Amino acid sequence: MEFWSNELKVESRELSVYDVAMIDEAPPSLKPSIKPRLASGTASPMIAVRALAKRIGQQEILRGIDLEVATGETLAIIGRSGGGKSVLLKHLVGLMEPDTGEIWIQGQNIIGMNERQLGMIRQKVGILFQGGALFDSMTVEENIAFPLHEAGERNPDILRAKVNEMLEVMEMEGQEDKMPESLSGGMKKRVGLARSIIRRPSCVLYDEPTSGLDPVVADSINRLIRRLQRRFGMTSVVVTHDMKSAFDVADRIVYLHEGRIYFNGTASQLQQSTDPLIQDFLLGRSEGRSD
Amino acid sequence: MVRLFNALGAPLLAFFQYLGELVLLTTDTFRSIFTHNLRWKLFLNQIVEVGLLSQLVVVITGGFTGAVFSAQTFFQFNKLGMGSAVGAVVSVALCRELAPVLTALMVAGRVGAAMSAEIGTMKVTEQIDALRALAVYPVDYLVVPRALAMMLSMPLLVAECIAVGIAAGYFVAIFMLDINGTYYMANMVRWTRSRDIIMGLSKAFCFGILIVFISCHKGLTTREGAVGVGRATTEAVVNASLAVLICNFFLTMMFNIIYPAGYQ
Repeated sequence: MEFWSNELKVESRELSVYDVAMIDEAPPSLKPSIKPRLASGTASPMIAVRALAKRIGQQEILRGIDLEVATGETLAIIGRSGGGKSVLLKHLVGLMEPDTGEIWIQGQNIIGMNERQLGMIRQKVGILFQGGALFDSMTVEENIAFPLHEAGERNPDILRAKVNEMLEVMEMEGQEDKMPESLSGGMKKRVGLARSIIRRPSCVLYDEPTSGLDPVVADSINRLIRRLQRRFGMTSVVVTHDMKSAFDVADRIVYLHEGRIYFNGTASQLQQSTDPLIQDFLLGRSEGRSD
Repeated sequence: MVRLFNALGAPLLAFFQYLGELVLLTTDTFRSIFTHNLRWKLFLNQIVEVGLLSQLVVVITGGFTGAVFSAQTFFQFNKLGMGSAVGAVVSVALCRELAPVLTALMVAGRVGAAMSAEIGTMKVTEQIDALRALAVYPVDYLVVPRALAMMLSMPLLVAECIAVGIAAGYFVAIFMLDINGTYYMANMVRWTRSRDIIMGLSKAFCFGILIVFISCHKGLTTREGAVGVGRATTEAVVNASLAVLICNFFLTMMFNIIYPAGYQ
């Protein structure tokens, strides 16, 4: 890991008086299972995380995460802002280095790999950043074609054909000459997603794919995630605090609370849960307390 | 006592860490230059940014420095009846000190600031993380083209600055101060040696390296949004300028051993 990649951006959250009273340990029924069910049953997981811990400054962001994502599965990671969701996601592609723990991608432990070795892993795992993270000096077409161009593809006809195919999947035909600054938030996310998947990674990580979007655009992004899963069989990990998005796209939902996995199960199990913390989150209540 | 050590130690450690990071970035970049393919389009873009777009700044810097140095030297030398030696003084001073240092300071302000601001903005808007996530090593993509462009452009810019400075000095001396042109040129050619030019161009190469790595490092380590970008840009210019001035002294002492000054 390089010196310039060590310093990190953390979502910070003011601690409220309610945080003091938060339950530290989840009830046994809600504790994460070390070996979650795998969609394929026998195949090795696409992603396996073991005892992952990360501290940034004085703040403990992740406190021993154990998680597996099966090949072809769509996992949603939900939780409150500042709960460590985005930090966990960035660890999965080696954009951040944990203090302790292991991360296995398709059977390869990525901890200790240098940036160049991680390049091989990153070709298998794409990531959609919260704001799209488009290169602002490039057009939409150049942004989408960037991974292919970097992989050595120089034929303009092939590049254009693949970009057009991606734009069609994203329902953004005719936008290829626009600059990122002239795109709306939803369009930026779709272009960012097109760029992430143009090389057909086995897995895509989505960091808040619907945040800041109106419900209609958010729904189009959710449909897109499902379509990609069906069309290309991609494994997906979606970090979100948009419950509609999580219920729409996920095969399994993990609730991250104070750096730990508090719940690990299906959408219906989550909805049926009577745990007050989960109920508060689902209903958008401030810890179930009234003023 | 412990407080004293803490007060002194922390900034000292931070300084050594900063130097270490600069060395790491430099070695990483040179390793990449020799082991990975160059992105020619980015390199040529940077040549335009560093070299072509610095023309006006360098011409004005060189021209007016040569002109004022010629005039000031004449005012002093003329009292001693050495007016025709002005050409030699202007030429040697421009080659050995003035052109490399002033060009480096101008390039640090113009190009160094732009580099740290551009890379810093990419850093805070997650574009560098996006590069990494797309399996592109940021040093290969961002630093190598800039470093190569700077290493190639700086000696050429300094050579241009020297030439323009000498021409401006000549113009002022001959047409405004009425120095004899033949003696002026003869003295200048006699006292200006190829080693003076080599020294100036070598310094330019070294300053180019200092500016590009200090600026890129500041960009790559930017944090805290727009404020951070502003701070990184300022620090890049200040640090690069100070580094140029400090290293200039040591380079002068070192090059003076290899290329001694004066007529021999």
